[in-house]
Amino acid sequence: MNDTLATAATGSKRTMTLNMGPQHPSTHGVLRILLELDGETIVKAAPDIGFLHTGIEKECEVKTYQQVVPLTDRVDYLANLSNNLCYVLAVEKLLGMEIPQRAQWMRVMLTELTRISSHLVWLGTHAIDIGAMSVFLYCFREREDLLRIFEMFSGQRMMTSYFRVGGLALDAPRGWDKVVRKFINEFPSKVDQYENLLTANPIWMQRTKGVGHVALEDLIDIGVTGPMIRAAGMPWDIRKSEPYSSYEQFQFHVPTQKESDVFARYLVRVAEMRESANIVVQALDGMPEGPWQADAPHVVLPEREKMKTQMESLIYHFKIITEGFSVPAGQVYQAIEAPRGELGYYVVSDGTAKPYRVHMRTPSFGNLMAMPHMLEGRLLADSIASLGSLDFVLGDVDR
Amino acid sequence: MLSDQLNQIRVVQALEAFAGAVLDGKLDRNELTLHIAPERIVEVCRFLKTGQQFVRLSGITAVDWHPMEPRFEVVYHLHSMERNERLRLTCRLDGAQPGIDSVFSVWRAADWYEREIFDLFGVTFRNHPNLIRILMPEDWVGHPLRKDFPIHGHKYSYKDG
Repeated sequence: MNDTLATAATGSKRTMTLNMGPQHPSTHGVLRILLELDGETIVKAAPDIGFLHTGIEKECEVKTYQQVVPLTDRVDYLANLSNNLCYVLAVEKLLGMEIPQRAQWMRVMLTELTRISSHLVWLGTHAIDIGAMSVFLYCFREREDLLRIFEMFSGQRMMTSYFRVGGLALDAPRGWDKVVRKFINEFPSKVDQYENLLTANPIWMQRTKGVGHVALEDLIDIGVTGPMIRAAGMPWDIRKSEPYSSYEQFQFHVPTQKESDVFARYLVRVAEMRESANIVVQALDGMPEGPWQADAPHVVLPEREKMKTQMESLIYHFKIITEGFSVPAGQVYQAIEAPRGELGYYVVSDGTAKPYRVHMRTPSFGNLMAMPHMLEGRLLADSIASLGSLDFVLGDVDR
Repeated sequence: MLSDQLNQIRVVQALEAFAGAVLDGKLDRNELTLHIAPERIVEVCRFLKTGQQFVRLSGITAVDWHPMEPRFEVVYHLHSMERNERLRLTCRLDGAQPGIDSVFSVWRAADWYEREIFDLFGVTFRNHPNLIRILMPEDWVGHPLRKDFPIHGHKYSYKDG
């Protein structure tokens, strides 16, 4: 076991060390926390991560640029399309590529649906941690509809790999707009249902109000991003401040709260689900017609029919499949607003067909760093609510 | 020497006070990269945070340029919400005993990022409060993200394996 952490967590005679995880249900994955307790109070919390480390960044270095896309699904498996998007935007920035409007809008719509689906998992599990059993069932009911939509688009429920360098993997399936519209028309009333169960619920308020408070300055200094920082009063959202993929053409609010406690984070995320639904409606109403892939034959695979009938297309197809496409040398950092906060891909190219280095600045990793700050000096019973409000995914932390 | 285009940029002008700290710079694809002398990284970072509103450290990572020397490049991504600007600082370190001062005293966010680089690249960060492995097991031998570490791993990478 990790001796250094163990010695760090063992203090005076009065305290007791409690090992929480790595298989504790409320750590949402394999996270181990060494808690040093003085009675019911947490004196020190030492997180131990890495149980889910699979070396994705190393793996990227031996794949061609297109082959990396499926790896990005596995980073944050609850927000796979956000990871797809961030990676392809970074590579497209290196290539200096223009993406057709339709593909950009499709990307916006699907990443917003991803945000809803990710927040639904968060809300359900967070509520079940605190003891509100039924919210979980309702949230997963809607998430199931979303997973069906993702399956309709990409053929996969979770590991979508739907965004590709240069556009989308496939054009939207027939009848997609009816399915999405049916879901999104009903969704606001579903959010009302969750709020009916929780927002004014005295037990919920007692368990969450004033719990897990961290000051805004500390959050910024520790590197926390996303809903966590917005619940502390900072209206910072990358979709607004550094718009990507046509976000500047959409109208939406950035919900904020001031209290910076578990309840405020809950309110922010619920409001974000409503805003995302609003963006999806705008995308549905104004979805541009036209191509869904860039006109870049050396990067984008040719149409199947052309590949079979035209020599030129066959050659491109063969080249892209066998050796990939080379990307001009350079380095870029692309940040997007993922459901959990700032997701950044740092991609270094040496001019070959494989990335020289891919670093994922994942929101969960940055947010989890605030955990000791959030737990120390507080009651053990509140730790579960605080952990849930961080909304981390261990695949995203460990990569 | 920095080009005229770079000298127009506000951050670069502000950093003129630190003679010899900025070794090189590049504005590529609208992203500013400044190459900083490794021994001066902490004072430059502290100045950028307190004097230039780069209050956020978005992340730190590293690139292994093996077999080139200096081998390691430590990359800092800074962000200013107030100015809506991003800035990349890089430091090149020798491959023999790569080490650099920790910026933990400037941003607490540096904690885990520096531990991650220490773990995966074997770069030491001086004055880091708790420099231990973070992702790999404690008794792991080697640094997986180095270019001379094989993708399939070694057969025995644990101490008692």
